[in-house]
Amino acid sequence: MQNNSVGIVVPQDFSFGQTDEDALCLDCGKKLKYVNIRYETYGKLDSSSSNAILILHALSGDAHVAGFHSENDRKPGWWDEMVGPGKSFDTNKYFIVCSNIIGGCSGSTGPRSINPDTGKCYNMDFPVITINDMVKAQHRLMVHLGIKKWLAVAGGSMGGMQAIEWTISYPDAVDSVIAIATTSRLSPQSIAFDWVGREAIMSDPKWLEGNYDDIAPEDGLATARMLAHITYLSDESMYQKFGRNLQESDKYSFNFHRDFAVESYLEHQGQRFVERFDANSYLYITRAMDYFDVSARAGGDLAKAFSEVKSKFLVVSFSSDWLFLPKQSKEIVRALLSGKIDVTYCDIASVYGHDAFLLEAVTLGKLISDFTRNRYLEVQND
Amino acid sequence: MIEHAIENLSKRPDLLKIAEILPENVRILDLGCGDGSLLKVLKKRKNITGLGVEISEESILECVGNGVHVIHADLDEGLRVFADKSFDFVILSQTIQNLQNPDLVLDEMVRVGHKCIISILNIGYCMARLQLTLWGRMPITPSLPMKWYNTPNIHLSTIWDFKCLCRERGIEILQEIPLGQKNNLLAKLWPNIFAPTCVFIVSKQA
Repeated sequence: MQNNSVGIVVPQDFSFGQTDEDALCLDCGKKLKYVNIRYETYGKLDSSSSNAILILHALSGDAHVAGFHSENDRKPGWWDEMVGPGKSFDTNKYFIVCSNIIGGCSGSTGPRSINPDTGKCYNMDFPVITINDMVKAQHRLMVHLGIKKWLAVAGGSMGGMQAIEWTISYPDAVDSVIAIATTSRLSPQSIAFDWVGREAIMSDPKWLEGNYDDIAPEDGLATARMLAHITYLSDESMYQKFGRNLQESDKYSFNFHRDFAVESYLEHQGQRFVERFDANSYLYITRAMDYFDVSARAGGDLAKAFSEVKSKFLVVSFSSDWLFLPKQSKEIVRALLSGKIDVTYCDIASVYGHDAFLLEAVTLGKLISDFTRNRYLEVQND
Repeated sequence: MIEHAIENLSKRPDLLKIAEILPENVRILDLGCGDGSLLKVLKKRKNITGLGVEISEESILECVGNGVHVIHADLDEGLRVFADKSFDFVILSQTIQNLQNPDLVLDEMVRVGHKCIISILNIGYCMARLQLTLWGRMPITPSLPMKWYNTPNIHLSTIWDFKCLCRERGIEILQEIPLGQKNNLLAKLWPNIFAPTCVFIVSKQA
């Protein structure tokens, strides 16, 4: 274990919604009862509770941002490079919180949780949730933790969507936002990819209308993941990483088993994914992303949707990201500027495509640490 | 680290002049803001709300380090992210000569700002003129230190040229402040010959 790691962390649970009044009111009109939120925290909340930062995970992420779950645990949290003592999100200085989204499959209530009304898994009886619903659940956790205002809410991809949602739904609860490789509304291209991914799952005979037991629709989920994974890379990064290299031989096999290194890589990604992710959760989360359009609540006018926002923004895109394009970040920037909201925007030159938000740790890390440090100083002086 | 920003500024007479003439409590846009020194000093000294624009990723990082808000953009692609008359002042200091389309950027500046402050390097300055006339070589001066083939200054102009461009574009010159050596009377009398740099305040009614 490196000495700049947060070390061993213990995941925690927060439950609410035991009564009808306390249930989470969802955008679809239904109520979600007996909600559990799995979360982890790192660092200490200061006496004025002005050093709290909420990190929001992307589609396949979870509450485990940094550190390890046990002595023998070899794989650190998903953003361990960024979160720890002396790192960009410095746990010596800040109190960091990350929770698994509702609808997820890593501890928080989702389609594979037990429906209290039936005593069985929700599966497709789970209500369709939105990004806004995820944020409402996170707000309950915030109240539970005794935090009045986040110094920053930060996330990449779908995490960035939640970060933006926070500033609109709870304008007084967020000092600043770090929105990375994200968008204010999902593009038709992304909706299309989500659709094909879900089709792969739902046409897997093992899916059984969502009512699978131990035998999950792994083929469908793996296909969905492989498709999605292509959208996280870039043409250039694939050339660099795989070229046209063959995996096991120097000759074509003249059959349809995998020949190319890139095929082998995707297969591996698909297999690894089904070990840790649930197919129904994948359906629900991608749907939540499809429905995300901040401007919709203001008749398509993004600037108007931001009119109540009080947070300062750091918006970051990556030059080779073709899933959430730099121009989508620029749309956010333009809308914020027209409302005279303070914003800093950087389009980091990178070949890694959408995945750059997890890989360009040096440049991104410097932006995050400096931006957050200056916000923290300003909040302290106020 | 405000001292560092002030030191950076003191090397540039045009920036000192711009800092001096800007009123307090205004909202400004600094195009080609570099590491954000000017904006940092103005925020501290004059409570000016500033935003920078930079094309270089390295400069963006420096700005964020300086606690200055900055937008990553190429000025030559226009100022589309900024709304009409959304800033009290738009500043372009010794940058117009680096642009592909100085005329278009000038149009964009007067669209976005109520007033614009532009400082130019004057290629009509006597030292430059003499080198071209006497030796027949492209001028190299303290403010234009690079060779013709490696200079980023692709669109140099004289003070007179710049004024002509403003006239052609219907842009009003509100103030012209030639900058020479200390108390240089010649620079005030014949700026196009004796002022190596000049600061203009311009505007165009919508």
